[in-house]
Amino acid sequence: MQQGATPSAKEVLGVAQRHFGEKIIKALLFLAALVSILITVGIVFSLVGETLAFFQDDAVTVKAFLTGAEWSPLFSDPEFGIRPLVQGTLIISAIGLLVAVPLGLGTAVYLSEYARPRVRAVVKPTLELLAGIPTVVFGYFALTYFTPKILNGIFGLDVAVFNGLAGGIIVGIMIIPTVASIAEDAMASVPQSLREGAYGLGASKRQVATRVVFPAALSGIVASVVLGASRAVGETMIVLIAAGQVPTTSLDPRQPMETMTAFIGATGKGDVPTGSTGYKAIFAVGFTLFVMTLIINAIAIRLVRKYRQVYE
Amino acid sequence: MTSESVQTFGAPSPAGKLRDWAFVVLLAVLTSVGLVVLAALLIDTAIDGVPSLSFDFLTSFPSAFPARAGIESAVMGTLWLMLVVAIVIIPLGIATALYLEEYADRSKWWNRLIEVNIQNLAAVPSIVYGILGLAYIVRGPLDLGRTVLAGGLTLSLVVLPVVIITSREAIRAVPPSIKEGALALGATQWQAIWRQILPSSIPGIATGVILSLSRAIGETAPLILVGAATFVAFNPTGLDSAFTALPLQIFSWISQPNEDFQSLAAAAIVVLLVMLIMLNAVAIWLRNKYQRRW
Repeated sequence: MQQGATPSAKEVLGVAQRHFGEKIIKALLFLAALVSILITVGIVFSLVGETLAFFQDDAVTVKAFLTGAEWSPLFSDPEFGIRPLVQGTLIISAIGLLVAVPLGLGTAVYLSEYARPRVRAVVKPTLELLAGIPTVVFGYFALTYFTPKILNGIFGLDVAVFNGLAGGIIVGIMIIPTVASIAEDAMASVPQSLREGAYGLGASKRQVATRVVFPAALSGIVASVVLGASRAVGETMIVLIAAGQVPTTSLDPRQPMETMTAFIGATGKGDVPTGSTGYKAIFAVGFTLFVMTLIINAIAIRLVRKYRQVYE
Repeated sequence: MTSESVQTFGAPSPAGKLRDWAFVVLLAVLTSVGLVVLAALLIDTAIDGVPSLSFDFLTSFPSAFPARAGIESAVMGTLWLMLVVAIVIIPLGIATALYLEEYADRSKWWNRLIEVNIQNLAAVPSIVYGILGLAYIVRGPLDLGRTVLAGGLTLSLVVLPVVIITSREAIRAVPPSIKEGALALGATQWQAIWRQILPSSIPGIATGVILSLSRAIGETAPLILVGAATFVAFNPTGLDSAFTALPLQIFSWISQPNEDFQSLAAAAIVVLLVMLIMLNAVAIWLRNKYQRRW
């Protein structure tokens, strides 16, 4: 503050005295925001630290980890090739996407272009319910109903009790709301003038939906699928319960397979002693999973930003 | 150009009409699959689980004998976890949201970093948070052991990004004119936030908090890693108590080969779903009752 005879505007309004408290509040809020950075740092450090320790183990080499075709870290003669787990994750996620992409995008087109407001008001929140169901419940459903009654019963596929197919399909059902809501968002943000222009040129409603709105919303639609893929890759409970815990390089989804997440869950379930190879293997697999989802998420975030920039 | 486009769409024809109709039917079918599966899931679980529901089931502890097993300790564990999660995420989530919406200068790189980081955290698989919880909360720096506090903190990390994102939306929904009016009347930044923006955005924030809690209730994977025990025949007595939780108890029963345990799992799922529906009903009620249109 200045020592002049005439008081400054700040003093008259009484702002000056309160300024210090304001700064403290801003600093506190900033600290709270920093916690989120701290969480990321914590994730990275905890994963990297134990992963490095994992690779210092005599039985483990980076080459065998990345290229080996057998995963049996808890055996007395352990093998550490992560390929079976990555393959299980990719197959189950692919099955999930094969289910979720047509169903999710079909739902999005229907809700954005066709559904009457009344229908929309019922269908949308009901689908959101699907997103709110805990995944352990989906796992139960896959194991006790979908595999025996639908896959074996109605389709007669002769699948094992634990199998990749049921896990993948139910993961796909789980991510329908993710795909549908983001894709619908993207389609809704396509300007009405584009639709009207197409109608003016004689297009039917179907042609507007498929040839105008869909392509115009494409980056958002791709983002919805990418985010769905990220959720499928990271899903744990459904695959842990319904797909089994047998790491395999077999491509047959009717048989049990193990994903990266299922391995982490199954191994972490018991009391793994700190420092044991099994304990470290959790972190090495977790790190691989984290890097995979990080890449997928980065792509999705970039795509979402792109479609927002185009029309908003 | 114009005439070409007209040709692209083609003249209306009976075959085109048929295709239009078939397309609508296809979309309706695709949309209904999700709804049908949801219905099948709810009905199947109810059929399996409701017969095992009883007062005894709610007030007994887990047991090796299916007929005597119950979920009291699991429900109490879940309630304790919710308490911890609520205490952690409400202040932390709102503070972060306020910082990002009201104070952060987006031209500064660290603010953009915080923002992208939160988007990213929201998409990190929950089991990765479980690994973090195992390494740094149960063991390592915090060394809390397999306690209610460790489980609650881990779940808080899982849902924190959701609270931040929904709170930001609620804060953003308050028109700038409200804040500008307060500032023009001589309020400081914080006075405008505390007396105008926060009260107006509380319903939206509360909805977000409740939805996050309902997500935390159902999270299983992180708790598996944080090592909550599944056979806990006592209620938690405090933050440093061992615990089990409803989804963990469900998972443990599903893993039993004995069929009787499967129906116990279904019964516990029914209880879990009822808790979720009640939470969501509160959220919807809050939103409808207090939502303001500006």
